Amino acid sequence: MNDHKKTVYLASINHAIPPYWQNMANDLGSAVNFAFPCIEIAIDLNLFYSEERGQYHSTLILSKILNRLPKNGEKIIGVTNVDIFVPILTFLFGEAQLGGKGAIVSTCRLHNEFYGLPQDDRLLYARTIKEVLHELGHLLDLVHCRDYECVMHSSTYVEDIDLKKPQFCPVCQSILTTD
Amino acid sequence: MQPYKILVVDDELSVRTALEGWFLEDGFKVDTAESAEETLKKIQPGSYDLILLDIKMSGMDGITLQKKIKDIDPQAIIIIITAYASVDTAVEALKLGAFDYVTKPFDPDDLSNLVGNALKQKELTTENIKLKEKISELSSIDEIVGDSIEMNRVFEMVQTVAETDSTVLIRGESGTGKELVARAIHSRSKRRYFPIVAVNCGAIPETLLESELFGHEKGAFTGAHYRRKGKIELAHGGTLFLDEIGDISSKMQVDLLRVLENKRFTRLGGDKEIQVDFRLICATNKNLEKLVEEEIFREDVYYRINVFTIFLPPLRERRADILPLALHFIKKCARSMGKAEKQISPQAEAILLTYPWPGNVRELENAIERAMVIGKHADVRLEDLPLRLNEQERLSERAISLSDVEKLHIEKIFKDTKGNITRAAGLLGIDRVTLYKKLKKHGIQRESF
Ligand SMILES: [Zn+2]
Ligand SMILES: [Zn+2]
Repeated sequence: MNDHKKTVYLASINHAIPPYWQNMANDLGSAVNFAFPCIEIAIDLNLFYSEERGQYHSTLILSKILNRLPKNGEKIIGVTNVDIFVPILTFLFGEAQLGGKGAIVSTCRLHNEFYGLPQDDRLLYARTIKEVLHELGHLLDLVHCRDYECVMHSSTYVEDIDLKKPQFCPVCQSILTTD
Repeated sequence: MQPYKILVVDDELSVRTALEGWFLEDGFKVDTAESAEETLKKIQPGSYDLILLDIKMSGMDGITLQKKIKDIDPQAIIIIITAYASVDTAVEALKLGAFDYVTKPFDPDDLSNLVGNALKQKELTTENIKLKEKISELSSIDEIVGDSIEMNRVFEMVQTVAETDSTVLIRGESGTGKELVARAIHSRSKRRYFPIVAVNCGAIPETLLESELFGHEKGAFTGAHYRRKGKIELAHGGTLFLDEIGDISSKMQVDLLRVLENKRFTRLGGDKEIQVDFRLICATNKNLEKLVEEEIFREDVYYRINVFTIFLPPLRERRADILPLALHFIKKCARSMGKAEKQISPQAEAILLTYPWPGNVRELENAIERAMVIGKHADVRLEDLPLRLNEQERLSERAISLSDVEKLHIEKIFKDTKGNITRAAGLLGIDRVTLYKKLKKHGIQRESF
């Protein structure tokens, strides 16, 4: 029996994870048996701002996040609150290196206010948890799942995220545990 | 299932990288090419399920390249990527047999729909569905608890209607578990691989409900900076569950009627009609017939939704379910709180059985949850229960239904002993003659145990 839990660093970029989300590591840990130590990192995001798009380049931020992976660390997921993009797509909720070390999640479009709806902190938190788990799934080599309640279901609208549960479906779970 | 193979042709590295990342996450096998030569080298008949081709690349005529690809692999499905300025070229490409085109930068949802449509003809979903079927059989936990005659009738109706695609109206007081019944119908229907989307019409302000249901386009109203998918669209393929349908305004009733009749709608501020296919389940605790009479609820909508009705009896009319439900909730709480399961003390049991439960199953669940949180004893006691009864009411409530308690208790013992008179009498501490008298008095049939 190996009681050494695998570790995924959760990096709050420029205080994107508010202090009152201190339960996040626990909540993530109850969906998947990993330790989630939180670290705060500062990144000068202006370097990755696109004047034309009014957004920040996701892949470039991700490469910066990877530089901050602590020694002996295996994986890192950065959380930012700016709106991110890759050149060909209008936006992203997150990006991950499939089977790799690093991922990024943006909370920008997870806010209700972004869509002209009343603020809802609990909903924002729930959506963020799901998106972090989703990108973690990609880091663990999972691809999108057809089960609309599975956290690995592809979400192109925030409403799709709300339909998902903060957990892996039995099929995805079984892929995770056999690896 | 083999993953689909996709080829991304673009001269810009950042575009190739971005699309490669996107499709890898989606489970595709991805190949890229940066030039016409590289593309033609890689193409063989049937080598890719889908080709994404940027029509405007430096030093290359996309239209010519498309023709050459089609010469080598006539079955190739090609999606053209175009800049806004070159839509004319894209239309030309369509004429030459491209499947569709997309203008960059594109919305993730548009890309995923486009690719989904392109691959639909090749879709091999059966394997996946079979796998899912096995798993859902294994993990199907029934959330609806009850073994009373009344609930068995409900289960039967759920089973019957689930197999059809009929509209269902679930009626019952609040807290009786109407949403659980809706979910049970959905999960037993052929639509179970698609979402069930629930909307509580009574809980959402009228102004927001419209956009909640229909979605909106960018700029539909102040604050609508982005397109938003409505619940109707989200329910496509699955089930739309409208709770508290009796609470919607007459304008919403008209809008809804239109969707139900045509299975089409438009997002707010949009002009494109969207086709939807869903099963409708409605629920209400209101007297709809009275609302129709008072002209608050439209008669045409009433007839649309009132096709197959399931009536959920209030808890006080199916008291035989109270203890099984209470034990179910104790188990559920114990599991989520990491505590040991508890028994129920005889006094608490008597009150649970006789209390009128105006808030129905939900009130019972809340009461048990609180008792499990605050209770300090090894069993659930009367003082742990937060029932809204003053002492006088507690007493009178008990006095009135003592006979009821006796009947339920005898039934419970009979169930445990499988109708064995001698053992039941022993457990009840009475002789067999007294037990026979009580059976007669309460009209209990021992053969039914
Ligand atoms: Zn899954
Ligand atoms: Zn993904």
